[in-house]
Amino acid sequence: MVDDSTRKTLSSIPLLQIRAGPREKDVWVQRLKEEYQALIKYVENNKQSGSDWFRLESNKEGTKWFGKCWYMHNLLKYEFDVEFDIPVTYPTTAPEIALPELDGKTAKMYRGGKICLTDHFKPLWARNVPKFGIAHAMALGLAPWLAVEVPDLIEKGIITYKEK
Amino acid sequence: MSHAIDELQAIIAELKSELDEQKTSSRQAAAHRERIERMSAEVVDSNPYSRLMALQRMNIVKEYERIRDKTVAIVGVGGVGSVTADMLTRCGIGKLILFDYDKVELANMNRLFFTPDQAGLSKVEAAARTLGFINPDVRIETHNYNITTVDNFDRFLATIMESGTVAGQPVDLVLSCVDNFEARMAINAACNERNLNWFESGVSENAVSGHIQFIRPGDTACFACAPPLVVAENIDEKTLKREGVCAASLPTTMGITAGFLVQNALKYLLNFGEVSDYLGYNALNDFFPKMTLKPNPQCDDRNCLLRQKEFQARPKPVQVKEEVVSDEPLHATNEWGIELVAEDAPPSSNPEPAAPAMEVGQGLKLAYEAPEKSSDDAAAATVTAADETSLEDLMAQMKSM
Repeated sequence: MVDDSTRKTLSSIPLLQIRAGPREKDVWVQRLKEEYQALIKYVENNKQSGSDWFRLESNKEGTKWFGKCWYMHNLLKYEFDVEFDIPVTYPTTAPEIALPELDGKTAKMYRGGKICLTDHFKPLWARNVPKFGIAHAMALGLAPWLAVEVPDLIEKGIITYKEK
Repeated sequence: MSHAIDELQAIIAELKSELDEQKTSSRQAAAHRERIERMSAEVVDSNPYSRLMALQRMNIVKEYERIRDKTVAIVGVGGVGSVTADMLTRCGIGKLILFDYDKVELANMNRLFFTPDQAGLSKVEAAARTLGFINPDVRIETHNYNITTVDNFDRFLATIMESGTVAGQPVDLVLSCVDNFEARMAINAACNERNLNWFESGVSENAVSGHIQFIRPGDTACFACAPPLVVAENIDEKTLKREGVCAASLPTTMGITAGFLVQNALKYLLNFGEVSDYLGYNALNDFFPKMTLKPNPQCDDRNCLLRQKEFQARPKPVQVKEEVVSDEPLHATNEWGIELVAEDAPPSSNPEPAAPAMEVGQGLKLAYEAPEKSSDDAAAATVTAADETSLEDLMAQMKSM
């Protein structure tokens, strides 16, 4: 279902406890704290293992998230803006992560640059409600997507390295 | 030189008159008929309702004209939703409320309803124009936004609760014609919260199966009660490659699903025939499974539980002969061998009761395993919100990483 390295990454991200969506104003703040704690831990883990690959921040309400993610290919760093909304039905349904600048460049995307997830993602998410959070969605959804799609897009010449 | 100019001017004049002619004739073709105050049963070629009103004479529907007092909200105006809107418009529905945030694309032309010249228009706008042309008696309201975001969800709720036939009243029925789980769950949450009946509909991503499901909060299973029930296609999962595109689609499967959806919506709105709780369609072998799903007493949606309690407290109509204790068959006939069995999976170490495993009817399967209360994929520590660090500090910490 999930490869060993993803499983290992996943197991080192803290699980969340509070089942609350953005419409449940009071409890949502608690959930949001858990989200940030898990994300901070995940980024720390990544830094330690030399696989740092994204930054995220949110609006004050924690309903809109944005940041950057990057992928190393042949020693070059390809960076993309990442954004998503927290759906009203969160955490029952996972956030739909989008890379708007790649919209229209690959078939493995839905409108607005939302990444196409594998058949495994949603069942796995569903079985882990409410324990999985944004950090898990990044690790299980976006990371494998980048690993498959970015090298392919580079090879096809659809994206090219930009000097920063 | 001047001769050449004269010649060109003559050509321009000729082309101008040709263009004017074209414009007039297309305007005539696009001429709208006047609105009709009352549906008439008179059988004349000029009466757009004569064949519908004939349903009364044939004792199928009593007072067909009641359809003009009905308001239906259609969420998702794609392959299924647009055809659904088209059918309801031709049936003379009182009011349609359309929700979609997508634009018409040439990639949609393998489905029905939209035309290539509409590419680039918002789906709701393009649909409203065509529908208004087909039947000017139908009131059409459009909403161009994604209902799953926090702000838009409240607008969606307000609309379905207050934009009914009589202002301030809820719509009569919500039809879900969306293409994703998130939007379905959002509609489910809204209808559970506000106690509105709705139909879920869907076509599989490989285009060879479809289904409709009637959800009456508290009475039948809501969309969160169990993993989505899909029609099993008997295709080896491993042969199902997902390379290249996210989804396939066929106008046939979508048209059939829309037909099922509107047929059952009409039966419900006009009170004739028997409304199916779940009707599936397997295109590969033309198989149509039918079943009823009871709500899950452990549903994760607390509004669903609330509606279940209300439903149980409500007196039932006398003719319901299925009112039996749980260890007896729920249905007199069970053509498809549908049964509910107790959880037979290995016992969970978690004290929380697991949702009962469902044995679904022949030709049906759950889209995925029911959520397990214990996790096998991650044995990580949990975070606790009781932590003293404030949210602001956490946000700042994340930002400074």
